[in-house]
Amino acid sequence: MSADVKRFAGGSRVPGWDTAADLERDPAVVPDPATTAVPDELRSEIEARMALYPDTRSAALPALAAAQRLHGWCSPEAIEQVACVMRLTPGYLISVATFYDMLETKPVGEHAIYVCTNISCSLRGADELYAAFLAAAGDAQDLNVRHFECLGACDVAPMASVNGVYVGPLEPSDAQTIIDQVRAGSPVLEHRQLIRRPAAETLPIT
Amino acid sequence: MSVQILLDRIDEPGLNTLAVYERRGGYQALRKALTMEPGALVDELLASGLRGRGGAGFSMGKKASFLPKGSMEKYLVCNADESEPGTFKDRELMQKNPHLLIEGIVIATRAAEIARAFIYVRGEYAEQATILEAAVAEAYAAGLLGERILGSEHTLALVVHRGAGAYICGEETGLLDSLEGKRGNPRLKPPFPAIQGLYDGPTLINNVETLMNVPHILRLGGAEYAKIGTETSTGTKVVSVSGNVRRPGNYEIELGTPSRTIIFDLAGGPPEGRAVKAWFPGGSSSPILTAEDLDLPYDFDACAKAGSMLGSGAIIVVDDSIPILSVALKLAKFYKHESCGKCTPCREGTNWTVKMLERVESGEATSADLDTMASVQERIIGNCLCVLGDAMAMPIGSMIAKFRDELEAHIEAARARSGLVVLPQTAIAEAS
Repeated sequence: MSADVKRFAGGSRVPGWDTAADLERDPAVVPDPATTAVPDELRSEIEARMALYPDTRSAALPALAAAQRLHGWCSPEAIEQVACVMRLTPGYLISVATFYDMLETKPVGEHAIYVCTNISCSLRGADELYAAFLAAAGDAQDLNVRHFECLGACDVAPMASVNGVYVGPLEPSDAQTIIDQVRAGSPVLEHRQLIRRPAAETLPIT
Repeated sequence: MSVQILLDRIDEPGLNTLAVYERRGGYQALRKALTMEPGALVDELLASGLRGRGGAGFSMGKKASFLPKGSMEKYLVCNADESEPGTFKDRELMQKNPHLLIEGIVIATRAAEIARAFIYVRGEYAEQATILEAAVAEAYAAGLLGERILGSEHTLALVVHRGAGAYICGEETGLLDSLEGKRGNPRLKPPFPAIQGLYDGPTLINNVETLMNVPHILRLGGAEYAKIGTETSTGTKVVSVSGNVRRPGNYEIELGTPSRTIIFDLAGGPPEGRAVKAWFPGGSSSPILTAEDLDLPYDFDACAKAGSMLGSGAIIVVDDSIPILSVALKLAKFYKHESCGKCTPCREGTNWTVKMLERVESGEATSADLDTMASVQERIIGNCLCVLGDAMAMPIGSMIAKFRDELEAHIEAARARSGLVVLPQTAIAEAS
């Protein structure tokens, strides 16, 4: 049985144990505005957000989300720019970014497809749907297909969030259509978008 | 159903705009509230008996009365981080009637003399957050938010804040840390947020649906509102019904309605030829109930008496075609992923429960493992800063207790299928 346990470098069960931190190097400090170039649009968006809170640090999540929209992910450069505007250390922001599922700490494809695989969706075939998305996406670099925790749309289960737009209920055969539509930049499955769904009581019992 | 308060004509075109909302009598409750003293408003909330709709079911009026009186840096946070699996009522309510939420927030802040409020929306609800932001901007432009609202003494700044995907940020203290720009780790209670919350100031935290009831309480009067529902569970509840039912969706019911009515008459019951095997009455964190409990009145106290809880008001129906093990494994994996890792019983307990359930699935477990698993659940409950661990331990514990025969039969069948020899059998073989 022990042979089935996943092993990493050196026989360890813990990945990344051998990529230790560089203890000789000092931790990164708050970036110097004189030497850190921040795109004007990003700077003004973050500053406007900071002005809304009694403590400017509250803007960390909206700021990281804005930087992610610009850079595609929370890259070292993106973190550096947010840190510079917010006057925080990059280390602090990385610790925040790694906590949240929607902040990407590795490079990902530009189109986010979150397939809900939680309890209510899985009771209605979400695992098959997710498998269909994975098969349809293959190893395409422009897609970020992930299974996601309950997206709060169990009335249209099984469903997916495609670049923030909720669609459902979906069949496995819809995966390819959605991928084609998102690549073409057209609206995904317009008639099955959650935003258009009327109250449940007005619908027929099927 | 009989009483429709929150879902009343919810699909009216343009209800998300100020013009339509006001035409339907919107913001009249606020006008009335602005003529009343804060103390009198709190009294109305207390009289209404309104209990929080987010999960804990605590009296909203009491919560508001716990905040220190007078003017100081106090905050209201609307918890719109609806992330309890199976729950989607706040999403539909916010999306279709955002001004009702804003009106509820302004009245609640007037009652508790608060000048700053935040709506924390989960990051996944991007479409709803955009609608809310538009509604807030409209309310500002109409003088319904900002300095001296409608010429009164009351001032309120309201900000829509988007999260970034973390179940634990629905827990009130985790939410506060997240709103402060940190990792969403829960805090030790006490001090409770009403005394020391956001930025260490007294903070009133309420769920979307709770706040949306506030304008109606003002409109009807607290005592009149209390006549809806049962004595200890007043008002209506928007119930999210999902899973193996023919018409999943949000239904508004008077609290105390029989659960069978909700599951069968409203949601259509399970698909043709199948029967209800088990159901969660209040989201995936509530202990599971069986077909025998279907006649339970749906209210806070009846659910608690049956050994479960009303929670967030999300009914998830599991029909007899689904093995209970797959439900347990799905849940345990979810809570393992979402555990923030701060408290040992939760971090380790969720991890080991997944491992043990996987052994049950592969047939490597014995029935003694079910006892071990049950004891792990007992050791999680009540031993952590927040209730995330409990949220796994309660349903998993109830599944082991109520479906033990099925789990044992699964172990036997899986073992026979894979031809595995487990340790006790090895020991017996060696001894003989």
